[in-house]
Parts: sequence; structure tokens; C-alpha cells
Amino acid sequence: MGRVLLYAFLVLVTLFFLLPVYLVLLTALKEPAKITLDAVWRWPDPVYWESFRIAWEAFRPKFQNSLVLATSATLLSALVGALNGYVLAKWPFRGSNLLFALMLFGMFIPYQSILIPLFQFVKAIGLYGSLWGLVLVHVVYGIPIVTLIFKNYYSEIPDELVEAARIDGAGFFGVFRHVILPLSAPAFVVVAIWQFTQIWNEFLFAVTLTRPESQPITVALAQLAGGEAVKWNLPMAGAILAALPTLLVYIFLGRYFLRGLLAGSVKG
Amino acid sequence: MRDRIAAFLVLLPSLVAVGIFVYGFIGQNLWVSMTDWGKDPAQALALHPQLRFLGLENYRELFTGFVDVRFRQSVVNLIFFTVFFMAGSLGLGLLLALALERAPKGESFFRTVFLFPMALSFVVTGTIWRWLLQPQGGVNVLPNLFGLPPLRLPWLTTREQVLVFDWNQLPFYTALVVGLAFLYLAWRAYREGERRRMSWGLVSGGVLLLWALTLGQRVQLLPYPEPHGFSLALIGVILASIWQMSGYTMALYLAGLRGIPVEVIEAAKVDGASEWQLFRRVVFPMLAPITLAAMIVLGHIALKIFDLIFAMAGLDYAPTDVPAIYMYLLAFRGNQFAKGAAIGILLLLLVAVVVIPYLASQLRKEVRR
Repeated sequence: MGRVLLYAFLVLVTLFFLLPVYLVLLTALKEPAKITLDAVWRWPDPVYWESFRIAWEAFRPKFQNSLVLATSATLLSALVGALNGYVLAKWPFRGSNLLFALMLFGMFIPYQSILIPLFQFVKAIGLYGSLWGLVLVHVVYGIPIVTLIFKNYYSEIPDELVEAARIDGAGFFGVFRHVILPLSAPAFVVVAIWQFTQIWNEFLFAVTLTRPESQPITVALAQLAGGEAVKWNLPMAGAILAALPTLLVYIFLGRYFLRGLLAGSVKG
Repeated sequence: MRDRIAAFLVLLPSLVAVGIFVYGFIGQNLWVSMTDWGKDPAQALALHPQLRFLGLENYRELFTGFVDVRFRQSVVNLIFFTVFFMAGSLGLGLLLALALERAPKGESFFRTVFLFPMALSFVVTGTIWRWLLQPQGGVNVLPNLFGLPPLRLPWLTTREQVLVFDWNQLPFYTALVVGLAFLYLAWRAYREGERRRMSWGLVSGGVLLLWALTLGQRVQLLPYPEPHGFSLALIGVILASIWQMSGYTMALYLAGLRGIPVEVIEAAKVDGASEWQLFRRVVFPMLAPITLAAMIVLGHIALKIFDLIFAMAGLDYAPTDVPAIYMYLLAFRGNQFAKGAAIGILLLLLVAVVVIPYLASQLRKEVRR
């Protein structure tokens, strides 16, 4: 009896989670003329692959923007995070803990509270409307979380390893290159996955700081779906395109994804 | 020594960046929020607008000004959204974790399904649910598949409100709720034998309740009654947000459940605890810290919710307005930068109220260890 209830509950919730996905696929594969509200749940006949071609053509530049943005900002912020974490974990100086705490505060602020000065600043340095302005912003506001993850990870590496390398004559960078870096792969994976999904999915900075030619895909999708006279096969195909990279990350690297999620769970 | 300098120099750029982008910008935003930027039409066209200092005038207008009724509804919307979103995500997440804890067949499949929306952008979720909640389609016509008549739920299109109250009563209700919360904390402290904490809770709660019941009821923010309530259009937004976030609470709870030692459960069973008693006395208390952490994260997400509503209903739709949306609308569509900055500061204060006590308590725990 309890078992039956358990499975009934699980199936019901699974429907709640998967029906939206089913409807998205269904709509994306329908001819625009056949998308009528009362027949939304009917399987398309014939299957219409054109939506994806059209959506891909429309979204390709934005998709590329997102790709360039997310990869370059992720690489940069992983590098910054590794160096910061290394300093804070292995070369603490007086006051470094306080500085670290002050840094972490940046993780909790709602970005609405800095959006207007940020907008002015990016405009003043001539990066408004450019993808590189957005990269800069993501790297800077990513500093707290990536520093936190790397610092926690490096704290687990025994100090004796660092000491031994220093006795052998390695300096600050030598220790990093020959001792720390070779052990860092797991932390890099967690940070890379976390930052990539965050930056790919981000919307507020993107909508505030870009022009149409530098828009990431989230902004383009929100604007397309927000238009009134739109046929729904395109936004749905677009939603699939926008979701695909992070979904692939989740499916193939789910283990690390979860770890980043729990590590970053202090963040929103 | 050279190495120490190198270490500091490596950290320096990040310190400077965070100093400017976080602390500097908050300071500048605070200043902007106290100016008249956006009130004078000449400023909109000027390259370097002349700003005049107004003090707290923008804040006063937001809460008691005639034109900013939409801001006040957005605050009310935010409160209701936050409460239902947190309750829904925590409740469903806990149920899912408890279900998966019983090791059903296909457990990893279910876990994958419940967690995948976490990988999506709120914009994607919003787009999907916008389509799903079309009044003449989507969810409403699902019953047709079984030969039943369609539902007639208006979802996002309704302008109806329930639980309507007068804005002038807000200080009263706020003091009432916070006061009762203090009394509850005092009661908990009493049961844990923490005398000092108990008296603090009693005094703060007592003062607030006393104020609420005497002066609080007579506060007049506006010269006229202004009704605000729970906007029913938010139900669709709440549903979509729970769809996206309950997998996350499930993951947290699963980690927590696996952390409960088997011996503890066994011992309780040996002592003859029923299933319910086991939950009530053993499992739930051990999940309490996780619930608190999840509430902080979810509350943080709720307070700054923007992208989901932008994608589901757009900027110009008042029934689903929240402060983050209204702030963007004011500043970046209406050039009302000063008032937008004021909303930004208010959001920061709200988040601080939620996050700082939590961080402080975590820190105290670390020190105790």
C-alpha cells in the first residue's frame, strides 16, 4: 500500500516536471499554422523541423555571443579564483581573513543595488554595448564565489607540501605551478561548471549592458517571447537552443554540477 | 619576504575590483538615491546632469507619495511571492527527498528529472511557462485529452486580488508579525534554557506588540485608504519558480537525510517510536539547519527575482510587478535614476536583514568549533 502511494506520488511529480518539456518539443516541431490553442497537446503531423533551422538562423549570433561570453569569463574567473584562493589559503597575511570576509559580502548583494553606478561606469569606460564589458562584469562579480571555492579546496592541501617545495627553493609562483596547480583539477572543474552555467543563464547584467549586436541568447529569447504577434514554435525552438549547453553540462557532468551547487549554496 | 609581497600583489587587483564594484558602487548608488536625478527633464538630455541633493525624499515618495502606488503593490507582491515560493519549494523538496530516500526503483532517473530545471535559465523557464499558462491553451486544455471540459483559469491575465488590506495598516501588520516572531524565538530560547536570549526576545517582542496595538493602528502613511492584496496573477509565477527550484531543496534535503546516522534511527525504533514520532522528534530537528540554509538561499533568490517575471509577463504588467522589475522600468525606461537607485538600496537592506543574522550565527558556530 505504502509502496503504491509512493510510486503514484513520484509519477505525478514526474509529470509536473516533464509535461512542460513535452509541450516545448511539441510546439517547436509544429507548423506555425497548426499551432492552435485548443490542439496544443496534439503530436505534430507531419513533424516540422523548419522551426529549428529558422530559430538557429535567428539565434546563431546571440548563441555565439553567449558562447564567447561564458567561456572567456569562466576561464578568466577560474584563473583569478585559483590565484586568490592560493594566496588566502597558503600565504595569509595580517588582516587577510577580514579582507576575505569583506570580499564575500559581494556574493550576497542584490545586483539591483549597484546596477545604476555599474551602468554609468561601463558607459564611461567605453564598454557599454560590448561583450567585453559584460565579461569584465561577470569576472568581477564572480570573484567572491570562485575565491571561496578555491580557498576551501586549497585549505585541504597539507602545508607540508608547500613547505617542502620552499625548502627546495621554490618561490611563490614556483610553488603554485609545481605543487598547487597539478592538484587543482577538481576545483577547476567545479568552478568552471558553476561559472559557465551562471553566466550562460544570467539576464539582468546582460539586458542592462548590451546592444542588440552583443546580446547573449537569454536576452534575445526574452525579447522574442515577449513580442505579441509571435508564433510560438520559434520561442520554443529558441528556448531549446538556449537551454541546450547548460543541460548538456548537467547531463554529462551532473556529479560536479551538484557539488558546485552545494558549494555555491550560500549564493543565490 | 619577496614571496609575501608577491602574494599580496596577486590578491590586490581583486581587492581593488571588489572595493570599487561592490563598496564603491553601493556608496554611489546611495548618493544617487538621495538626489533629484530624473525629476528635471533637462537632466535626461545632459551628458553630465546637474544633480541636487534631496535627502530621503525619494524614499518618502515611494512609501507615501501619490504617484508610486505601483511600487507599493510591487512590495506587497514580493512579500506574497516570497512566502509562497519558499513554502512551496521547501515543502515539495522535502516530500521528494523523503520519497527518494525510500529507494524506489529508478531513483537516479527521478532525481535527474527533479533536478534538471536547476540547469535552466529563469528566462527559459519563464518562456516555457508563459506558453503553458495561456488562458485558452496549455495547462487549461489538458483535461480535453481525457474528454473533459477545459479549465477556465485565467492564470497571468487576471487582475483580481485577495487578502486585500489598507496600506496604512502595513506598519501595524509588520510590527505584529515581527513581534510574534520575537516571542516565538523567546519561547525557543526558554526551552533551550538560554535565559539571556529569552529576555531579549521577550522585551523586543513585547515592545513591538505594545506599539502595534496602541500607536501602530493609528499610523497614517497616506491621507486616504489604499487597498493592496495578493495579486492572483502571481500564482502562475509561483508555480514556475517552484518547478525550477524544488529540485534544489530536494538535493539539500537528500544530503541532510543521508547525514543522519543509522544508529540514531535504529535507537529511536528500538525505543518504540512510531513513524510520525520518528519524523517529529528525530528527523525534522536534524534537518532544521538545512531548512534554515535553504530558506536563506531561496529568500535571497525571491527578493531579487527579475528574469522570471520579465520573461513571463514583461516589464509593463502591473499585476506581477516586483521591486526589481519596477526599479528597472523606472531607471532604464523612464530615466528616473534617483528613484530606481532608492529601490536598489531598499532591496539591499531587505537582503541584509535576511543574510547578516544568518552569516553572524554561522560565524559564531565556526568560532565555537
